[in-house]
Amino acid sequence: MKSIIQVNHLRKVYGKTVAVDDISFEVQEGEIFGMVGPNGAGKTTTIECLEGLRQPDGGSLCVLGVDPQKDDTILRSNTGIQLQQSNLPDRMKVWEALDLYSSFYTHAVNWEGLLSQLGLEDKRNTPFAKLSGGQKQRLFIALAILPDPKLVFLDELTTGLDPQARHAIWDLVKDVRSKGKTILMTTHFMEEAERLCDRVAIIDHGRLVALDEPAALIRKLGGKERVAFNLESSMPADFEKALARLGLVEIEGERVIVSGNDHHQAELVGEVVRLLTTTNTRFRDLRTEEPNLEDVFLKMTGRAMRE
Amino acid sequence: MKSLLKMTWMEAKLFLREPVGAFFTLAFPLMMLFLFGSIYGNSPTSMFNGYGTVDISIPAYTAMIIATTGLMGLTITLASNRENGVLRRLRTTPVSPLAILAAQVIVMFIMTSLGMLFLVLAGKFVYHVHFEGNALSIAAGFVLSCLSFYAIGFILASLVPTARTAQVVGMVLLYPMLFLSGAGFPRELLPETIKKISTFLPLTYVVNLLRGLWIGESWEQHLISVAILGTMLVVGILASVKLFRWE
Repeated sequence: MKSIIQVNHLRKVYGKTVAVDDISFEVQEGEIFGMVGPNGAGKTTTIECLEGLRQPDGGSLCVLGVDPQKDDTILRSNTGIQLQQSNLPDRMKVWEALDLYSSFYTHAVNWEGLLSQLGLEDKRNTPFAKLSGGQKQRLFIALAILPDPKLVFLDELTTGLDPQARHAIWDLVKDVRSKGKTILMTTHFMEEAERLCDRVAIIDHGRLVALDEPAALIRKLGGKERVAFNLESSMPADFEKALARLGLVEIEGERVIVSGNDHHQAELVGEVVRLLTTTNTRFRDLRTEEPNLEDVFLKMTGRAMRE
Repeated sequence: MKSLLKMTWMEAKLFLREPVGAFFTLAFPLMMLFLFGSIYGNSPTSMFNGYGTVDISIPAYTAMIIATTGLMGLTITLASNRENGVLRRLRTTPVSPLAILAAQVIVMFIMTSLGMLFLVLAGKFVYHVHFEGNALSIAAGFVLSCLSFYAIGFILASLVPTARTAQVVGMVLLYPMLFLSGAGFPRELLPETIKKISTFLPLTYVVNLLRGLWIGESWEQHLISVAILGTMLVVGILASVKLFRWE
């Protein structure tokens, strides 16, 4: 695999605030690379340096083989960009936006096709200001993939959208990747990063704190799997002691939570259920809780409120 | 080139969809012409040196349109496109920054010309206006006036933080100037003190130049106007190159 973006010791300062502090990573061709982090962590600053919209204060960048600050024509012609904060004129219609932006690129794809692919066909003549949040985002995706770019930047694509719109947009993003494009995205939805991204970088206070495949991050940093159930009868003698051999036991009224040691998930559930049946203990609502990226994220970035 | 044409066409459509701007550029001056034309007619009077009200109003209202598109239309459009991130989004595409700005200027120029054309047609067919100048000459004076005011518009657009401020600043500059420069009222009606104030207003020189060329005066008689408008143009361009911000 070829790396398409190289970031080396990137640094960006606004006044006295260090927005990005010595971040390095590479993005491989054909992958969906995600940056997650709390608000103000430096994700957007990083992505905007890569887009050539901001000038880094230190480090070096290479995007599609060029320095974004120096060779912006190559960059602008071969990347598709969805900005966190951008807009179209209120009275511009959907088809007009696509038609106008098509004229900027030499190899623009047919925008009529994009219109139906993104489900915007019946919004063709709707002015931008009259579109819903999800429709605006779909239009921005359309504008981002219009130039048939090698590389697509998506900055907080689904913020403020309802679950239906979010899922529809996830399908779109996967579809874009399946056409061989590389995607660099930022998000603060861990579920989004876990579902979409091949690799995830966790960024906090302008620093890169973890970088790996979501599953690997969860395995390494997600903590223990847990099995929880409600007791329907009183606890048999020695039951708690037997459970404690499987893992850490917390009892809150009738709710029992067992956090596994280093057991494999299936094993822990099996052991707990076997113990419950052999001791003839009646129970209900047995649930296993897998650690997810959100657990990793909170572990790495803390629970303190930001901003 | 294809991008510039597309963008100009798009901006023209957007301009016409914005009712306020389109009204003050295309309809309002025409309404003024009909209003004062119906009150005073176009008979020659000694006050206007043997010309009628409509004769002197057409170049004056043209100056009014130039000031409106330059100080309000252009400034508000640019400031609002910057504030909303429209310019920012355009800057991520390969389209040349010059084309983005040129499209705005071209559209404002076309709309100003249309506004003037309506005045001239109404004057010709309704009031049998007297035109004693040279068409090419007045076109040249018109272009110089437009560009010098657009250059000022660009400076304003670079300085104001939001579209709302652009609107307020534009109005504060525009309205007194319309009344005091002879664009909205014939300067013959203004008292001497106001006429003195009007020598400090750039729009006065547009009115003087266009009224003069309209009745066939020579460029030599208007060198001061040309010098002032030319200076505005050059200073405006230099300052905008330095000050203009995309976000």
